[in-house]
Amino acid sequence: MLTKRIIPCLDVRDGRVVKGKNFTAIRDVESPVELARYYNESGADELVFYDITASYEGRALFKDILEEVAGEIFIPLTVGGGINTVDDFDRVLKSGADKVSVNSGAIRDKSLITAAAKKYGDQCVVLSMDVKRVDGSFRVFAKGGREDTGMNALEWASYGATHGAGEIVLNSIDTDGVKGGFDLEMLMAVTDIVNIPVIASGGAGKAEDFVELFRKIPKVDAGLAASIFHFREVEIKELKKLLKAEGVEVRIC
Amino acid sequence: MIAIIDYGVGNLFSLTASLKYLGIEAEVTSDAERVRRADKLILPGVGAFADARAKLDATLLTPVIREEVFSGKPLLGICLGMQMLFDVSYEYGVHSGLGFVPGEVRSLTKDLDDIGVSLKVPEMGWNSLKILKNDPILKYNSDGDYVYYVHSYYVPEAEHTLASSAYGVAVSGVVREGKVYGTQFHPEKSGSVGLKILRAFDELE
Repeated sequence: MLTKRIIPCLDVRDGRVVKGKNFTAIRDVESPVELARYYNESGADELVFYDITASYEGRALFKDILEEVAGEIFIPLTVGGGINTVDDFDRVLKSGADKVSVNSGAIRDKSLITAAAKKYGDQCVVLSMDVKRVDGSFRVFAKGGREDTGMNALEWASYGATHGAGEIVLNSIDTDGVKGGFDLEMLMAVTDIVNIPVIASGGAGKAEDFVELFRKIPKVDAGLAASIFHFREVEIKELKKLLKAEGVEVRIC
Repeated sequence: MIAIIDYGVGNLFSLTASLKYLGIEAEVTSDAERVRRADKLILPGVGAFADARAKLDATLLTPVIREEVFSGKPLLGICLGMQMLFDVSYEYGVHSGLGFVPGEVRSLTKDLDDIGVSLKVPEMGWNSLKILKNDPILKYNSDGDYVYYVHSYYVPEAEHTLASSAYGVAVSGVVREGKVYGTQFHPEKSGSVGLKILRAFDELE
């Protein structure tokens, strides 16, 4: 059977890994290449890199980092941030990405999901969604969680899943950075209506939060987190031992 | 020197990078002469079977690969490249493969439906390998090693299966007929476990 995946996420700006709380107050961590090596050795199942650079120089630096990581770490790499066109897919795939994550770019132009899937296959297209409760419903936010699009998150997830997305990363803005556990209610709602892998993001504060995630929502395929891994509050090796002991199938290496 | 057959299908970054990381000489090529001169061949592939087969044939390399395989040159097919080694595929129609390994490529969705198992297709993620036969290509690997799969079609475990993974059905993970090998999973994406398989392939006589 497939294992549940543990995925560290690295936000990269100007060549450094950063992590904010509730998407603000960004705090510098360390070298993305060093961190990627550490995660690979710790047994991470995949790595996600978000390019949150705005400048041309920053983008060139990101490409160098991606190529360096892909040249020595042989697990799946997902890249996101600033993906607005099929050419953007091409650009990061040529630098070693295996999957490409779209967010605001797909909100602006939803045909991007289908166009990219036709060219590179569904398995290559990851729909990343930043979702927040507004007036009792799940609402999609754009631009790194700053802009309410007014779109219903369940409708958007279902659209993506039926139009070429191979996976969904569901990031709850409500629980992100709070470290009180994943947003189980939101995850349950989305996993109930799509039949593609769903990656839970936002809210993990301790190893037990992953146990709760996989036990309560068996349809979730993976758990993603950033700061708790970067700051080594949770060690992936220890986390996987715990998951295995709790009966959750994970890859031990 | 390993020749990685370039026929415009899939992303070869990780495959070339993993061989380079292992210190194995390899080149990506669609040149018949280079394919003939190489010690070993790798046939990669991602996407749809019929489209890939048409693209491979368009390079005019198919008869060259056939000659080299019949003269005993080791070949490794990866993912769709493995599926193309078989006789036939039922992906959107009926398409003939290269016929180097007897067997057929079937729909995971259909076969899971038939036995009433509800699992997501494509199978995407890490699954463990059950080693069925000892073989030089698996000499560095152990039973239970995890490998990374992304596929919607599969070859059922059969006589030519060296190792398989369970996903509702028994999926051929590693296959062999003579010196023709195939892996359904991506060794270039399967961490140290996958690198061991690439190294063992390079060391085949």
